[in-house]
Amino acid sequence: MTTPPPAIAVENLVKQFDGLTAVDGISFQIEEGEVFGFLGPNGAGKSTTIRMLTGILRPDAGTARITGWDIRADTEVAKSEIGIVPEQFNAYPDLTAWKNLMLVGELYSVPRQTRKSRGTELLRSFGLFERRHTTTAEFSKGMKQRLMLTMALLHDPAVLFLDEPITGLDVESQQLIRERITEVNREGKTVFLTTHDIGEADRLCDRVAIINRGEIAAIDAPEALKQTIERTRAVEVSFAEELEREVLAGLSAVEETEKRGDTFRLTTPDPDAVVKAVTNVAQEEDLTLRSLRTLGPSLEDAFTALTEGA
Amino acid sequence: MRLHRVLAVAKKDVRIYYAKGPVVISGLLLPAFFFLAFTMGREMSGTQLVAGLVGMTLWFTSTSISPVIAPWETRDGTLERLVSAPITVVEILFGDVLASAVVGVAITGFATVALSFALGFSIAHPVTFGTGLVLAAIGFSALGVLLAAVPTDQTANVMMLATLVKFSVIFVSGIFVPVENLPSWGRVVAYASPLTYFVKVTKFGLGADGGAGRWLVGLLCFFLVAFGLAVVVHRRTLPRRL
Repeated sequence: MTTPPPAIAVENLVKQFDGLTAVDGISFQIEEGEVFGFLGPNGAGKSTTIRMLTGILRPDAGTARITGWDIRADTEVAKSEIGIVPEQFNAYPDLTAWKNLMLVGELYSVPRQTRKSRGTELLRSFGLFERRHTTTAEFSKGMKQRLMLTMALLHDPAVLFLDEPITGLDVESQQLIRERITEVNREGKTVFLTTHDIGEADRLCDRVAIINRGEIAAIDAPEALKQTIERTRAVEVSFAEELEREVLAGLSAVEETEKRGDTFRLTTPDPDAVVKAVTNVAQEEDLTLRSLRTLGPSLEDAFTALTEGA
Repeated sequence: MRLHRVLAVAKKDVRIYYAKGPVVISGLLLPAFFFLAFTMGREMSGTQLVAGLVGMTLWFTSTSISPVIAPWETRDGTLERLVSAPITVVEILFGDVLASAVVGVAITGFATVALSFALGFSIAHPVTFGTGLVLAAIGFSALGVLLAAVPTDQTANVMMLATLVKFSVIFVSGIFVPVENLPSWGRVVAYASPLTYFVKVTKFGLGADGGAGRWLVGLLCFFLVAFGLAVVVHRRTLPRRL
């Protein structure tokens, strides 16, 4: 039995604009069925990479394969394997949701009956069926984003590219889109996700790549990336009573004290010593502990450390 | 080239751009008023008058929207959606040409029938006229698509260029003055204009002497050159639109 090709295989991909290198020889592989997060600060090369992988921009050098098809040499087949939700809404504003959907079906050569039945099913599952005859110009941001996902899924692609899919959406739409992403991934689709919400990437992704100044700074599972950051450990504590920050800042082993709402975050290289010191303070001052927990480095910490100076 | 993708683009264009009232108005009313302004009080034969009016109608309708589709779609981001689909530049542009030509033929066909009732003439060579109408429509539309290759998202920039070309061509295409009556330099310029060929075909279609074969070949050649150029230039400028 032959091994299926990776869902996405990128090798030494390069893109320059007017002599400036936006993407500088990046390489990675994404296996079938993975949810892969692609993180980076603004201008790091995320969008350029996604646009090269989806065949919108032509790379200056290197190769990108989608389910084994070269995006430059086998452009049409490679593109038909992809569903895209871009950062900016780009359905036709003068067409209704249904007509936009049917147009996509025709462009991706989905047979008429299939596009009608699948279109109906998708619109229902995204809560847009009742509004199918409304022009998309009249849609709210959440509805637009749900329609984009519907359009991306109509031709049943193997790989789904999502560029900031939940940024700026209402809670209900966020929840719906999150659920659908998990669902389509469970069905076996590979998901390539760019997001500014690092917590989102942490929750959804099997692996994460961090791109900085056009180069891959790190690529690993979120937990593994967190472990690479040694400097940040913290203790979070909350008391039922008011307490001056200085009391906690003065504890030995506490490097930094930050008040977040009614919680103090104490950064330390020795969480054990700080927990013991905090409980002592609570006893001495006769304070009621509402919560006390130790924190390891977050993906956000890893991201910050890896992109420092960007 | 896959026909169903070409048709999908053409259908989308007709739904979005050509169903808009201003296009029909600019395709019918503009040439009519333009023509009246130049013909009233002048002695013109019926053939010259009808051929001129039919020619202008097709010229204006076929070039009314095709130049602005690309900048329009660049601005709305919808061009990126098209480009990300498994469709080639040739298919996208041919879809635009097809939509433009279909609307041009439909409006000009309607105008011709209406004129024939109003002025009481008939078409002596309908097949020749019909062939010329289709070839001219795709040629004029291809010219519009070529003008749309300017890598901008400002429709006004392209409209300015398109207007300059459209109005200049009107004056050198045998509409107001028969080509034969033009000075020698004028005749050279006239034969560079595809509208001249269509006016010649229309005159023959209405029963005038002279044959239409070479003008039909001329229209076909014009389409091939304009479309070929449009594909080459769009391929070059497309990355700057995305």
